[in-house]
Amino acid sequence: MSLHQFLLEPITCHAWNRDRTQIAISPNNHEVHIYKKSGNQWVKAHELKEHNGHITGIDWAPESNRIVTCGTDRNAYVWTLKGDVWKPTLVILRINRAARCVTWSPKENKFAVGSGSRLISVCYFEQENDWWVCKHIKKPIRSTILCLDWHPNNVLLAAGSCDFKCRIFSAYIKEVEEKPAPTAWGSKMPFGEVMFESTGTSGWVHGVCFSDSGNRVAWASHDSTVAVAEGGKTAVCTSLSSETLPLLCVTFITENSLVAAGHDCYPVLFVYDSNNAALSFGGKLDVPKQSAQKGMTARERFQNLDKKASVDSKEAVLESVHKNSISQISILNGGKAKCAKFCTTGMDGGMAIWDVKTLESAMKDLKIV
Amino acid sequence: MSKNTVSDRFRKVDIDEYDENKFVDEEDGGENQLGPDEGNLMGALQAVLKNPPINTKNQNVKDRAEGLVLKVLSSFKASDIEKAVQSLDKTGVDLLMKYIYKGFEKPTDNSSAILLQWHEKALSAGGVGSIVRVLTARKTV
Repeated sequence: MSLHQFLLEPITCHAWNRDRTQIAISPNNHEVHIYKKSGNQWVKAHELKEHNGHITGIDWAPESNRIVTCGTDRNAYVWTLKGDVWKPTLVILRINRAARCVTWSPKENKFAVGSGSRLISVCYFEQENDWWVCKHIKKPIRSTILCLDWHPNNVLLAAGSCDFKCRIFSAYIKEVEEKPAPTAWGSKMPFGEVMFESTGTSGWVHGVCFSDSGNRVAWASHDSTVAVAEGGKTAVCTSLSSETLPLLCVTFITENSLVAAGHDCYPVLFVYDSNNAALSFGGKLDVPKQSAQKGMTARERFQNLDKKASVDSKEAVLESVHKNSISQISILNGGKAKCAKFCTTGMDGGMAIWDVKTLESAMKDLKIV
Repeated sequence: MSKNTVSDRFRKVDIDEYDENKFVDEEDGGENQLGPDEGNLMGALQAVLKNPPINTKNQNVKDRAEGLVLKVLSSFKASDIEKAVQSLDKTGVDLLMKYIYKGFEKPTDNSSAILLQWHEKALSAGGVGSIVRVLTARKTV
């Protein structure tokens, strides 16, 4: 597992290209920086400057090699590589608040943008007008959409929102695709139809993720819970209240295991058992640095007792790899079915790459089912 | 006829509040009206944490429930607190945290010290997550 410190500013969002040799990050400002891997170093290759406000979401389509970015200036741009330069195309989203997150659909013919105007813009390219057009999903969203994830069938879209709910919508655009086959979430999928709405957890939904088959969706919410719902005749929802600070991002690494990370600065594994519909805590995925244990002097003990009424000393220095909250997690290889490596970026400006095999051997009780 | 009062503020008094025979809807904690028996403190804790008045809008019910919980918590011996917290399940620990923070809002002479001891034990059982759930809960106790 390796950590690379890009800058001291928080990395708001990142996206990898198809062969994982380039990473596009936004260092908490109006620009996107693309870094190329050369040997062991990361060299800045491009700077994409077109947005007028902070960039809140980046996604890189692996097959068509296009980047879509969205920002607080209420715009989204689709960037295509012409020669050695990235050229932007403006997409009018028709929103009157900041855009918050953006993702390409699996077939890369559409992308969805979640925004603070309480709607999701699903954008597709219209050939005759040579222009990106968008359609809105408004009902029954009551607050900002924080996170989005597409189902593998290119039609269903999971959205986590600040109105404490995770929903699955249909984003079927008849101009660009065929009618989808029935799925575990339902068979009639007109545009904007709510296929599933979560109940039970309260707290903003920070991260949402479909499993590789699309039959399960997991979300992390601000009341320190993680929940998984399984589609079927009646959707089965299970949630787990964790003992840690809220998690900000979640992803499936196999059909039954999730990795999530958040304000506690280390990734955590959860295992979902579908037979009992139970979600359990798998373990903390962080290799702690062995810090020298200093003995406590009697004076320190008394000071601790006086100030904090406790005898043991809590380390003031974080022992985890990331020194600040982790805001985004992305799969590097293996896909969501058998992930072998994943990458986390956070507010400390660092990017860490985690290898699942070494983690499995390092943590003794870790079982990735 | 002459008016016998200069002001008509009396019309704004809610006389139903002062009626001695007023019907008060018993929601919960009714079993524990007489205070916890010294012997059965664990049972008292379980009973008082059952059926919390989360869904009512009636402030009186919430205040009464909180008063009862506070009474039960203060009658525990310091050494028994840890065992009592262990006997609760996850939702119980979350609920206990909610009451502890509610109790912090209106401190009386002794309550803060006792509540802090309960807070320390509940924190080691529920972790920071239980405090986050107190802060983000939409329906308060």
